[in-house]
Amino acid sequence: MARTPLKPTARKRASTPAAKRASRSQPPGRVVLLVATRKGAWLYRGDAKRKTWQVDGPHFLGHIVSHMRLDPRDGRTLLAAAKTGHLGPTVFRSTNLGRTWTEATQPPAFAKAPAGVAGRVVDHTFWLTPGHASERDTWYAGTSPQGLFRSEDGGVTWAPFSTINDDPQYREWMGTVQDGTPDGPKLHSIIVDPRDPAHLYFAMSGGGVHESTDGGRSWSTLVMGLEVVGGFDPSTITFHDPHCVRLCPSNPDRLYQQNHCGIYRLDRPGDQWLRVGRKMPKRVGDIGFPMVVHPRDDDIAWVFPMDGTSVWPRTSPQGRPAAYMTRNGGKTWRRLDSGLPGSQAWWTVKRQAMAADAQDPVGLYFGTTSGELWASPDEGARWSCIAQHLPEIYAVEAVELA
Amino acid sequence: MQVLIPTSLRSYTRVSRVEAAGATLGDVLADLDRQFPGIRFRMLDEQEQLRPHMRVFVNGKAIHDLAQPLRATDDVSIVQALSGG
Repeated sequence: MARTPLKPTARKRASTPAAKRASRSQPPGRVVLLVATRKGAWLYRGDAKRKTWQVDGPHFLGHIVSHMRLDPRDGRTLLAAAKTGHLGPTVFRSTNLGRTWTEATQPPAFAKAPAGVAGRVVDHTFWLTPGHASERDTWYAGTSPQGLFRSEDGGVTWAPFSTINDDPQYREWMGTVQDGTPDGPKLHSIIVDPRDPAHLYFAMSGGGVHESTDGGRSWSTLVMGLEVVGGFDPSTITFHDPHCVRLCPSNPDRLYQQNHCGIYRLDRPGDQWLRVGRKMPKRVGDIGFPMVVHPRDDDIAWVFPMDGTSVWPRTSPQGRPAAYMTRNGGKTWRRLDSGLPGSQAWWTVKRQAMAADAQDPVGLYFGTTSGELWASPDEGARWSCIAQHLPEIYAVEAVELA
Repeated sequence: MQVLIPTSLRSYTRVSRVEAAGATLGDVLADLDRQFPGIRFRMLDEQEQLRPHMRVFVNGKAIHDLAQPLRATDDVSIVQALSGG
């Protein structure tokens, strides 16, 4: 578990919350929501006030779209990770914000196994992360079952990245499909440090959180302080089930995590996760899937709790959905349910299905398992439903167009 | 030889029957991929196995082996078993 110290950084932290929040340098653009669902993908284009939303879609109707991302380096390339129930997984690519799509010529796929050895097969690409700002056209992908892939040509061709896909230790930590989440074990939360393209994180459900400081040549586990299901040994990496890990853009030394077993914060170079979810109300608990961080204030984060008791219903606790927000790094949490149904609402929000934009005040967005898209233009103070009757929503990304 | 393409793969071929050549089923699928890039990986996984739900019939008989020899006069049907929700 030894770690190499990170490179010195030139990061300057603003001294006060007000200064942090006033630090945006560009005028706001129009927000577009990239919505990936079990039956296709949609784009919702907001007006300047983020009040009305123009629908564009469906794209790939009938395809299971796990994630759709915009390339922040060119502002126009979209990648969408897709498959259908019958066809193999692929990645679609658009260089004109979804007007036309082409398919990756070499989608993520495991290496072919030697004769007589059972090789693994990518069931679906689950997670997409654009590479570092200095590495144009580089992307990372995480798959189910767990695999890490990289493209250096904007998503046209993909190759296994680093040694983890075939490393015996990592394969043991990944477990088998039998150990995984209901629709397959996943590699997700691929994070590139904005200060250093060689500093990477990823997480596996199951299989823990991992870090590389040498561009993926070597990895170390980052699970200290994380709890596992009662009765299991937290020193066994397989038992760790991080659901979603986010790095604060305003402070890349701070990470937040929603885990199968609670909400955590980690301040680097420390390596001990702190269970800040203990401060959540007991009747709600601190189980959930999404984790969202503020674009300019590393003390602010949001979660969307779900019922993780008994048989894990994976619904809103008590049928009363709410986001929870902290303004102090997890010391206290505030319930944000204004505008959301007050009873008998049994949906929840998946790990990629909640996002923040970068405007001021921050807009928050989430998509539900029941196909509703909700938005708040004021950091969660007031929610409104902007789309209904979509298929089950797997991912929501909020991007801004100039 | 003539190859029948299922509806789920017609985004690649645009038509239901296409012409492809090859001495084996594997060769024919490779030829299809040359003509319609990407189509092969959606039928066949990286371990060279037909994906679940994909079926290939040659002259009405189910074939599972990519090394199966084919003749130019054979009639190949790629069929997708319907299932799921």
